[in-house]
Amino acid sequence: MVARGGRRIIDGLSFAVQSGEALLLTGRNGAGKTTLIRALAGYLSPLSGTIRIDGFDDEREPREACHYVGHLDANKASLTVLENLRFWQSYLGGEGSGTMAEECLWAALERFGLDPLAEIPAGYLSAGQKRRLGLARLLVARRPVWLLDEPTVSLDAQSTALLAKIIDTHVADGGLVVAATHLPLGLGDARELRLGDGVNQGGAQ
Amino acid sequence: MSGFLTLLKRDLLLAVREGGALGTALGFYLIVVTLMPLGLGPDLNLLTRIAPGVLWVALLLAALLSLPRLFEADHDDGSLDVLALGGLPLELMAASKALAHWLSTGIPLALMAPVLGILLNLEARAYPLVIATMLAGTPAISFLGSIGAALTLKTRRGGLLLALLVLPFYVPTLIFGISAISAALLAPDGFLASFLILTAISLVAMVLGPVAAAAALRQHMH
Repeated sequence: MVARGGRRIIDGLSFAVQSGEALLLTGRNGAGKTTLIRALAGYLSPLSGTIRIDGFDDEREPREACHYVGHLDANKASLTVLENLRFWQSYLGGEGSGTMAEECLWAALERFGLDPLAEIPAGYLSAGQKRRLGLARLLVARRPVWLLDEPTVSLDAQSTALLAKIIDTHVADGGLVVAATHLPLGLGDARELRLGDGVNQGGAQ
Repeated sequence: MSGFLTLLKRDLLLAVREGGALGTALGFYLIVVTLMPLGLGPDLNLLTRIAPGVLWVALLLAALLSLPRLFEADHDDGSLDVLALGGLPLELMAASKALAHWLSTGIPLALMAPVLGILLNLEARAYPLVIATMLAGTPAISFLGSIGAALTLKTRRGGLLLALLVLPFYVPTLIFGISAISAALLAPDGFLASFLILTAISLVAMVLGPVAAAAALRQHMH
């Protein structure tokens, strides 16, 4: 059970996501998609019940397994695209050092089509480009669990398709994705969990 | 530990790039100190007597100006959520940000104080004392201030509330900063006792501040 602001938002929900699986959270506005994602990321602790990640290094905190991309892009307007991404790579513990880390950085920029903009301050980017920069964070530090909250907001059709491909690749590599969305992402293979209409509130799986 | 340095480096880079916070603080410091002789009249003896106190009080107020932005900037653009997912515990994250505030605001203000001392006819032998006490005392301002900044994070226009919360906690720093200066001016060996307590307050603040700030930040993440 998860409560926010003294209100019970999610109650009696139980589900498991395997590695190599993508789970789409759907449901009307206010159904608790964001609340569930934030609880999974560890920002909110459940009032009762537990959230577990099996098979992750016991020495490290569960939060270190997670990437979280929320409604905001977490970019600094006065840093360039490259500086923003390099900061997150180093802070979130992207593996490798020196040239390997640089290569990984540029590969992520290229993947999201941001490499021509690398030296431009992030404040000058369009909303869609900012979003892509926020999503590029997923690729610079290897973390198994991706928690995405409405990742397609302000993305055009082409970028949405690109994101779907990147999520599919991550899932195929044995990663795990939980994405809250009200639009179909166009993923190859994804399970759907509908929140808030009473079906899953009794406990699915 | 690398996360700590990475974050510190980014915050200092942002402070240089955006620059506004330091400029405002230094400008405010200059204006407040300039107003004093205008309000009190040209009595040089009076100004000499009150100079250390005026410099200290104005410094506290100037340092407060940029405190509300300490966590707010990262909260507004979503960075705070991602920062919380790093390998760095939230306490060290808060410590890194407070340290960046001290380096980018506390030290420049402390170094500017002797320049402003000229306006107040500060005694010549008080100059090194003012710099020393301010360098030792300003960490407490940043680290205790970070608690207030974390607590008032989501309050709109929380600046004034922050001042009300935090200024009472600056009283010990102010008292021992001033008493170190005046003790040294009266008797050359009276300096150390107050100065050591001043340093101790800063060290305690560096430990307690991040712990309390991190607790407040956790509440805001909900």
